[in-house]
Amino acid sequence: MQQSVTQEYDYTIVKLFSVMAVVYAIVGFLVGDLLAWQLTFPELNFDIPYISFGRLRPLHTSAVIFAFGGSVLFATSYYVVQRTSKVRLFSNFLSWFTFAGWNLTVLAVVITYPLGLSQGKEYAEPIWPIDILITITWVAYFINFVGTLARRKERHIYVANWFYLAFIITVAMLHIVNNIAIPVNMTDSYSAYAGVQDAMIQWWYGHNAVGFFLTAAFLGLMYYFIPKQAERPVYSYRLSIVHFWAIIFLYIWAGPHHLHYTALPDWASTLGATFSIMLLLPSWGGMINGIMTLSGAWHKVRTDPILRFLIISLSFYGMSTFEGPMMSIKSVNALSHYTDWTIGHVHSGALGWVAMVSFGALYHMIPRLWNTKIHSVGLINVHFWLSTIGIVLYITAMWISGVMQGLMWRAYDDYGNLVYSFAETVEAMHPYYFIRSVGGLVFLLGGLVMAYNVFMTIRNANKVPAAA
Amino acid sequence: MKHATIEKSIPLMSILTLLMVMVGGLVEIVPLFLIESTIENVSGVRPYTPLELKGRDIYIREGCYNCHSQMIRPFRDEAERYGHYSLAAESKYDHPFQWGSKRTGPDLARVGGKYSSLWHQEHMRNPRNLVPESVMPSYSWLEKDALDYADVGDRMSALSMVGVPYTENQIKNAIADLEAQATPDSDTEAIMSRYDEKIPLDNFDGNPKKITELDALVAYLQVLGTMVDFSSQQAKAQ
Repeated sequence: MQQSVTQEYDYTIVKLFSVMAVVYAIVGFLVGDLLAWQLTFPELNFDIPYISFGRLRPLHTSAVIFAFGGSVLFATSYYVVQRTSKVRLFSNFLSWFTFAGWNLTVLAVVITYPLGLSQGKEYAEPIWPIDILITITWVAYFINFVGTLARRKERHIYVANWFYLAFIITVAMLHIVNNIAIPVNMTDSYSAYAGVQDAMIQWWYGHNAVGFFLTAAFLGLMYYFIPKQAERPVYSYRLSIVHFWAIIFLYIWAGPHHLHYTALPDWASTLGATFSIMLLLPSWGGMINGIMTLSGAWHKVRTDPILRFLIISLSFYGMSTFEGPMMSIKSVNALSHYTDWTIGHVHSGALGWVAMVSFGALYHMIPRLWNTKIHSVGLINVHFWLSTIGIVLYITAMWISGVMQGLMWRAYDDYGNLVYSFAETVEAMHPYYFIRSVGGLVFLLGGLVMAYNVFMTIRNANKVPAAA
Repeated sequence: MKHATIEKSIPLMSILTLLMVMVGGLVEIVPLFLIESTIENVSGVRPYTPLELKGRDIYIREGCYNCHSQMIRPFRDEAERYGHYSLAAESKYDHPFQWGSKRTGPDLARVGGKYSSLWHQEHMRNPRNLVPESVMPSYSWLEKDALDYADVGDRMSALSMVGVPYTENQIKNAIADLEAQATPDSDTEAIMSRYDEKIPLDNFDGNPKKITELDALVAYLQVLGTMVDFSSQQAKAQ
């Protein structure tokens, strides 16, 4: 029985994306930690243009969001859509096409960013030919995903797939609109929009790269892997309906909170803040639905480190989706904006939620894909603690440095003069930048432990061919 | 309609999803193109000169926006530290905008004229020569690399297609104007008549023999935030 099912589903493509996810995780964390050390000791830029901070930082963000996160989403969505629809992926060709297209995109990014080829829009740095490649790959992804759903043997589309579908549709819309540009030559182009309109469109895109790439899609992942790993049904079907529609409707509005007190008209930034605050409800709806799924299975968290990864990721999700709305309140944002607090917030979401839930899903999926057992449960536990300690060091350092820098910038003495020069505030950051670098290193170490564990699992599986 | 109907139909689910995610963007973005008061009606903002434009391209290439904002907020401390808060009009020709989101280094919206070009040369060579606490990388290659500006006219043509009002005359004379701005003892009448009398003219990289990438970058930095004349407006108001 098991045998026939594995033959029916296309696991090869899921395996490939899973392995690439582990590879890109290491690359993305490594570049990120190098950047952290560069901010601690600027000599580490070595006077080499290709690895200077400004060119490398987009490589870090793209590597973790699109290469690592993207590969996790391709792997899990292809896995989940097959298993919940009880049918093989729509098209072998399209599966391979998306794999080739996505990895070619990553390769092109890894080559172009260090050369200084960039559109100059945050999280949308790829130059225009790469943007076209992404668009084509994405259309193939959409067809392959929807084609699989269309042939499903279940009447209802499973809730995880609603989220994946919304993610694919919305990211297409955001990517295309934000990247409209006039090419100058094969590498350079100028955005079709300027100034205030460009800023609004960029953050409509940027915040929803968070909202749909890093949230909606990973909630879809959560809706499959948590019930599976806990062996319990989803807590509330009704809650999943309500929070699904609420979250996709509300998230799109939140972009302007990145532009408080800028030259963006006040009505727009107020609207952005209002919707950001409302967003707390559907965000926590998802968290509650995930955590409550463990009702009656809480004892498993004690013994199962995979479930522990999944559950702590929801806790970080709940924390950062509380922090986000709070930071979108204008008076809080006046302090937090432009500081490391934002960086800390992003990483509590990206490391605590996205990476942790991905680790859990990969540990769940990989032994099943290779029809074997994980090489070492103990090492999953080691990875869990390294990740958790790394994140805590990282985000507490950034909270302190962020709030401190915000307060130092606006500090006045008794005569009404600014107390600190900018350079003094930079100097004050140094110890926290050091702690952050160490935290990042510990987190990276955890990633390496995972890579070793995954490598050994696959190697062992290949050594004992299908004896199980 | 029961939700079961939606979750049994891919077209229905897809279309409803698309409609839901379109609303926010439409409401927040479209009016910015339609409401005239979005961009203030102030005088002085002009398209970048060819040299400034090339400098801006280098600013983007090096990813300066990762650590420097160009958007001063209307707070007392920011006004004191950086100057008058930024107007939307001041970036209306910026494709793409470079407001930034992080101040690992200070805001640069009004850095123009704040330091001498000599200061910038030394600072780019090694920021710690001037600011010991700085964590900025050195950009020592900028003063060595010759500026490749053969295509600057094409760049201006492309920008004019997305709404930057470059004249035909400005595009035709792009190369001559670029060289003139970086060579202050040459004939600068023509470029001043084509752009503005107060464009920064300087040997920006300190090396009169060669036009380098540093020339372009410093020319760009020296014009930032200087186009709108706030002081004469304040005088008029009083």
